[in-house]
Amino acid sequence: MKRSVSILIAVLATGGIALGQGMSPADVSYDEYGAVEVSLSGQPGNAEAGEKIMTTRGKGNCIACHQVDALAEYPFHGEVGPPLNGVADRYTEADLRGIVANAKMTFEGSIMPAFFKNSGYIRPGIAYTGKAAGPGDLFPILTAQEIEDVVAYLLTLKE
Amino acid sequence: MIKRALTGAVCVATLVAGAFVGMNAVADEHANLIVNGEIEMVVRTEAPEHMENVDTIYSGWVYRATETQALQMDDFDNPGMLWVDQAAEYFETAQGPEGRSCQDCHESPEALAGVRAVYPKWDEERGVVQTLENQINECATERMGLEPLKYTGSEMVNMSALLASVSRGMPINVAIDGPARETWELGKELYYQRTGQLELSCANCHEDNYGNRIRSDMLSQGQINGFPVYRLKNAKLNAVHSRFKGCVRDTRAQTYAPGSAEFVALELYLASRGNGLSVEGPSVRN
Ligand code: HEC
Ligand code: HEC
Ligand code: HEC
Repeated sequence: MKRSVSILIAVLATGGIALGQGMSPADVSYDEYGAVEVSLSGQPGNAEAGEKIMTTRGKGNCIACHQVDALAEYPFHGEVGPPLNGVADRYTEADLRGIVANAKMTFEGSIMPAFFKNSGYIRPGIAYTGKAAGPGDLFPILTAQEIEDVVAYLLTLKE
Repeated sequence: MIKRALTGAVCVATLVAGAFVGMNAVADEHANLIVNGEIEMVVRTEAPEHMENVDTIYSGWVYRATETQALQMDDFDNPGMLWVDQAAEYFETAQGPEGRSCQDCHESPEALAGVRAVYPKWDEERGVVQTLENQINECATERMGLEPLKYTGSEMVNMSALLASVSRGMPINVAIDGPARETWELGKELYYQRTGQLELSCANCHEDNYGNRIRSDMLSQGQINGFPVYRLKNAKLNAVHSRFKGCVRDTRAQTYAPGSAEFVALELYLASRGNGLSVEGPSVRN
């Protein structure tokens, strides 16, 4: 934990060399509303990559629960969460980073899964195999950079 | 920061009202299920008293597309009935070391009408809650000298479909008091437990969001009155514990084994959430 913080600081200090790493979930600091100010990867996000993650099962699969009109070319949008149209008008970048990383910090008890978390689960399995996850088997569903990519995409959703 | 107050309760209230509007793939809210023009099914009714967060219970049939619904309305269209026929043959076939058939002791499958509706059920002699599958295996092993049938294997699923089919139209009525209570409480706990890396409970999808789409699927209340279920997706009959396994796995959790104490408890609890709906098995779903 300590180590990745210092790596991050090093990255920021040197102007962001691509390490493909960034923070681990335990390093993320949420403010009292659940927002996260700093980029988790220390890099800017890529909205195009974010679009892919949002629509891919086993990745973000955000449209399983959310309707997004701008993603109408991908079939079957869910209704479990609110539509994300215009979400960038309602939230800041830091708000959105916090929601995507761990929505439960913003919406207490939310049904929305935490995408940047890797501990504190009941009966965690190895991805979608149904088999028990041992120590070392659990990774955040999205990497630090993937979170940033999704946030970058969400910031394009203006009305 | 905008504070949203989207609680589960608000969600359900608006959704149940709007669930069936503007979705042509889903039948209208008032569609009724009559099988073969004669078996009238209760597909919606008042929730049993023990349910705290739901007023009306609905069969999963209500949430399926019109074409899928139609397949269950006539036994000639219901692919699940093919396996019921196979089980009827099994029922009268002598087998095992003693050359016995189910029929030697149970006059006909129809003589077991009503049994499906009250299982899982407390077994006095064993001091446990037994599922219908446990009871079938009790007869197969102790009364016929057979090896136990695999819990979710085809012979077992077919037999459970046969026993459901002769109870069709009868109201589910499992007992949850007395000695079954402890098992029921465990089932309830499991129903509300948020498991796996997605941290989702059965209730998150089937109580807070029925009538809502999740990706392409319209969420139902996850009732089990229709089991075993013929699914268009895998073109076979599916045991109820296989369905549980799939839903737990989809929360990125470690599943329980079919036939395990946990799944038996969950089955009793779920059955009790459907008390008052009709036995529909074998039903048709996507
Ligand atoms: C299992 C369903 C589910 C999935 C999957 C899901 N969400 Fe959510 N999301 C919700 C729910 C429910 C809410 C409403 C918050 C609450 O009250 O719990 C929400 C809220 C949000 C909000 C706030 C919207 C607003 O207008 O207030 C954003 C932004 C969001 N989600 C983004 C995402 C992104 C991005 C993904 C994919 C990485 C995602 N969600 C995946 C269920 C989901
Ligand atoms: C040798 C006689 C015998 C044979 C053969 C037999 N059973 Fe049974 N079965 C019984 C008896 C006795 C009971 C009642 C046991 C009890 O109440 O605990 C019973 C109970 C049952 C019940 C539960 C009835 C209820 O009201 O709860 C079912 C279902 C059942 N048998 C199915 C089968 C099937 C299916 C087969 C063939 C695979 C079979 N039995 C073979 C004797 C038999
Ligand atoms: C992420 C959402 C989700 C969760 C969590 C979930 N399910 Fe499901 N379940 C589904 C979907 C989607 C279907 C198929 C459509 C439907 O009938 O709801 C389904 C179907 C079912 C059905 C079949 C209903 C029928 O009429 O054929 C049962 C039973 C069921 N689930 C039980 C459970 C149980 C028990 C749990 C908890 C261990 C659970 N589900 C958790 C999404 C979920």
